[in-house]
Amino acid sequence: MTEQATNTPIAKPKAPPSIVASTGFLGLNRKDATLLALVVVLTMLAPFILNPFPEGSGMAQFNAGYPDLMQRFVIFGIFAIGFNILFGLTGYLSFGHAAFLGVGSYAAIWMMKLVTLNIIPAIILSIIFAGLFALLVGFICLRRSGIYFSILTLAFAQMSYALAYSVLTPITGGETGLQIKATDRPILSGLEPGEIGRANFFGIDMRTSYELSLGDWLFTFNAGYYIAAVVMLLSFYLSIRIFRSPFGMMLRAVKSNQQRMSYTGLNSKPYTLAAFVISGMYAGLAGGLMVAMDTQVGPERMFWTASGEVVLMAILGGVGTLIGPVLGAGMIKYMENIISKINETILHQWFAFLPDGLEDFVVSMIYPFIGKGWHLTLGIVFMLVVIFLPGGLVEGGQKIAGLFRRKAKTDDTPSKTPAE
Amino acid sequence: MGILEVKGVNKRFGGLQALGDVNLSVQENTVHAIIGPNGAGKSTLLNCLVGKLIPDTGSVMFDGQSVLGRKPHQINQMGISRVFQTPEIFSDLTVLENIMIPCFAKRDGAFRMHALESFAHEKELLEKAEAMLADVNMLDKRHMHSASMSRGDKRRLEMAMCLVQEPKLLLLDEPTAGMARADTNNTIDLLKEIKEKRDITMCIIEHDMHVVFSLAERITVLAQGRPLVEDVPENIKGNPKVQEAYLGEAAA
Amino acid sequence: MEAIILQILNGLDKGSAYALIALGLTLIFGTLGVVNFAHGALFMIGAFCAVTLQRLLGLSHQIVDETRKDFLGNPLKIDVPYMHEWFGPEIGQSIIEWSVPLAILFSIPIMAFIGIAMERGLVKHFYKRPHADQILVTFGLAIVLQEIIKYFYGANPIPTPAPPAFTGSFDFGALVGFDANTIIYPYWRLIYFSFSMIVIAGVFAFLQFTTFGMVVRAGMADRETVGLLGINIDKRFTIMFAIAACVAGLAGVMYAPINSPNYHMGMDFLVLSFVVVVVGGMGSLPGAVLAGFLLGIVESFASMTQILDIFPGINQIIIYLIAIIILLTRPRGLMGRKGVMEE
Repeated sequence: MTEQATNTPIAKPKAPPSIVASTGFLGLNRKDATLLALVVVLTMLAPFILNPFPEGSGMAQFNAGYPDLMQRFVIFGIFAIGFNILFGLTGYLSFGHAAFLGVGSYAAIWMMKLVTLNIIPAIILSIIFAGLFALLVGFICLRRSGIYFSILTLAFAQMSYALAYSVLTPITGGETGLQIKATDRPILSGLEPGEIGRANFFGIDMRTSYELSLGDWLFTFNAGYYIAAVVMLLSFYLSIRIFRSPFGMMLRAVKSNQQRMSYTGLNSKPYTLAAFVISGMYAGLAGGLMVAMDTQVGPERMFWTASGEVVLMAILGGVGTLIGPVLGAGMIKYMENIISKINETILHQWFAFLPDGLEDFVVSMIYPFIGKGWHLTLGIVFMLVVIFLPGGLVEGGQKIAGLFRRKAKTDDTPSKTPAE
Repeated sequence: MGILEVKGVNKRFGGLQALGDVNLSVQENTVHAIIGPNGAGKSTLLNCLVGKLIPDTGSVMFDGQSVLGRKPHQINQMGISRVFQTPEIFSDLTVLENIMIPCFAKRDGAFRMHALESFAHEKELLEKAEAMLADVNMLDKRHMHSASMSRGDKRRLEMAMCLVQEPKLLLLDEPTAGMARADTNNTIDLLKEIKEKRDITMCIIEHDMHVVFSLAERITVLAQGRPLVEDVPENIKGNPKVQEAYLGEAAA
Repeated sequence: MEAIILQILNGLDKGSAYALIALGLTLIFGTLGVVNFAHGALFMIGAFCAVTLQRLLGLSHQIVDETRKDFLGNPLKIDVPYMHEWFGPEIGQSIIEWSVPLAILFSIPIMAFIGIAMERGLVKHFYKRPHADQILVTFGLAIVLQEIIKYFYGANPIPTPAPPAFTGSFDFGALVGFDANTIIYPYWRLIYFSFSMIVIAGVFAFLQFTTFGMVVRAGMADRETVGLLGINIDKRFTIMFAIAACVAGLAGVMYAPINSPNYHMGMDFLVLSFVVVVVGGMGSLPGAVLAGFLLGIVESFASMTQILDIFPGINQIIIYLIAIIILLTRPRGLMGRKGVMEE
């Protein structure tokens, strides 16, 4: 029983996807194609959607449509999508995924320091390095399953962090990390003497932005964001294909019953290892993109809290679902930015309409959860999700949708299927 | 020469001799039952056949090849499928997916990286799987979540998963354990039907004499880890040694 | 020889902390089958019990001393701790100085309460859920606990000195017959080690010699069977959780003078304690203790300058390296039982 309990999913899939659904556009069935199209539209229009409030208004601080944050949305989205391929499908909970992100970042920055400032080779190198490192780590960690696996991955990640922080300082820059400096002369980039290299995509600087002013609104379209977004869409598309492929089914079989798997003539080890490596390559890709956007890296990127964060993202959004991790990543990064920006003065402004004593009381009640206390909010939200909504936001959305549907149904005929 | 030849197999667990010098020969296209009182070593023997345990000494030959030292999935690929005492299925997956997995295993071997392939190109396997489901009267349940099925249906599904691999040898570990009489009879009918429809060798470990005598063509009796007799069912019934072994258990 | 003994001694204090946390983790894992990611937070809360008591005992109020003037000529305001007022300056002062040992008594009810509340309020509902869920919810709890502490105590380490009588060092080498001044060892570390040995011995004696302990050990070996005997295991397991929380808390209380407590010390120790549990063998209490001391000592050896000259930074990764090697060669750990979290 134990081995099954270990790998049982976080959330039981309510209705397993039918594998025989007809395939249409890009090899996706209609439902998946619709989902992909929706995500494409949302990411492409993100600079509008995330900036709903006019500049200078009191609500402008809730705008998230600035390049730096939008880049983080999509990059962490990629990281979480990759993590979900491992945890969502096979049930192996890795607590050390940030290590691959870090390895990817270091690989990318060296490529940019030494060879070329074009981000494409850097990103490719980061995927390769993260993949190789994942192969090594996975080969060792996957000898064990369940909690042992989680702890082993955690140990590996902490070891990588310690290595990057101190032992490998010549390669990693130690505590201060690496950034592109004026002394870096990438051989293929033909920089003027003294010019500091900037990451580019075939000549387009990542920081190029076009600002569109419509009335009181200001929208920023940033080259870096759009490149990262396209990469994210590609990753998302690939993850849908993997989820719906026979390979994806095998991974779900790993989670479901390894004993039956081996007595069916299948070797679950290479399947799990493949999932681990793919997921590590996603993390490497995310790490490479991070460097492409801000051309710096430090060891804290590999710290266990960073590994914990991607776990939070996937769980919060909905493990094992396609869109969940992206939602979770967006949600956490948005909350992190917005909540940590709120301070006491802002709270007092909001509650100024209350009588003085009550205002102070309300503000003091909320204060621990905002600003620097944002991690507290995150921890509480995360616990609530694990306890009450193991399927994450996606399950929550389905439940709400189900409520409305049932309401509509009960009007004419009582629902036949009992509620779950 | 049988399809499965077990010669001189010994297995000790600490001080306990679980199997002592077991010989067994299962002929092709027969139903061979292994019976014996509790603790006779039936399950240990079965586990030695499928690679879960490795015997201390002796040899296990299947289809002219040794199975010793091979992993369970390799042994399955040689053509041995196993049905468990409590049905082992992929309970998070649908019924059809449960059947598709052995189809892939049969065609592609122990591992294949088909990460970007689509089920749409697997018409042949889908047809094969659906035909199998039709065979066991489960076609209408193909999109059901297999965890939500009755125990009887899970048992049928597990057998279908084994049969769709067209194994040379089907091992059944107490397929009727814990079943009500009616379910037991259904299982017997199902197994008889399977036997009629295809050429298959079956090796059943069973406690229930009714099941054994309804199905088996040859019977091996194990007692305290040693083979007592091997004979046709008619002769087993009257054998005093067998009665003694079972009476001994009843008295204890 | 002296150097070796010194390194062993240096490894003992960290080793003691690892051993105590790992012991609690193993107790919880063995009895309840739950992997408690919040266990490090319990250690941290223990340390903050010492901080809190120190602050409580140091509470003072201002009185105006008319007889003395400050440099502006105003009457001098001086802080008088309540302890001085109540018990006289001498006894009062020593009570304040002895706040860390006193915090042992102070922390036990607090830790027991937190342990019971955690088990009844949260962990209980996760027995039947997958291990991954247990990890996740206790991980969330760990974040919440450490953020609460951070809110009240700030992010900076808070120095929490030991009683002055124990702040110095002594010449351990001279005591056992080596040359003077070769092995100098702080008193408090020796006390910490002795204290943890007492706690460990207490836990083992409790499990070995009481009926309660017997049932718990039986439950660790085979929970279902013991449940079938009609013994109410759950209630006992709640108490075990409280005991494990106390062990972690005590480890934290006494560790406060060695390293000034900060809000993230729990997680720092937890990651290493997990490694300790895995190396010792999941579910094995002696394994947890043995591995705790072993890894503490190994870490201390790896921090020797002679070794660091050959392998720079080895002290940072040695524990993880050992864990990986042990898991690859002895998958069940040093003293692991068969069947615990096995495939």
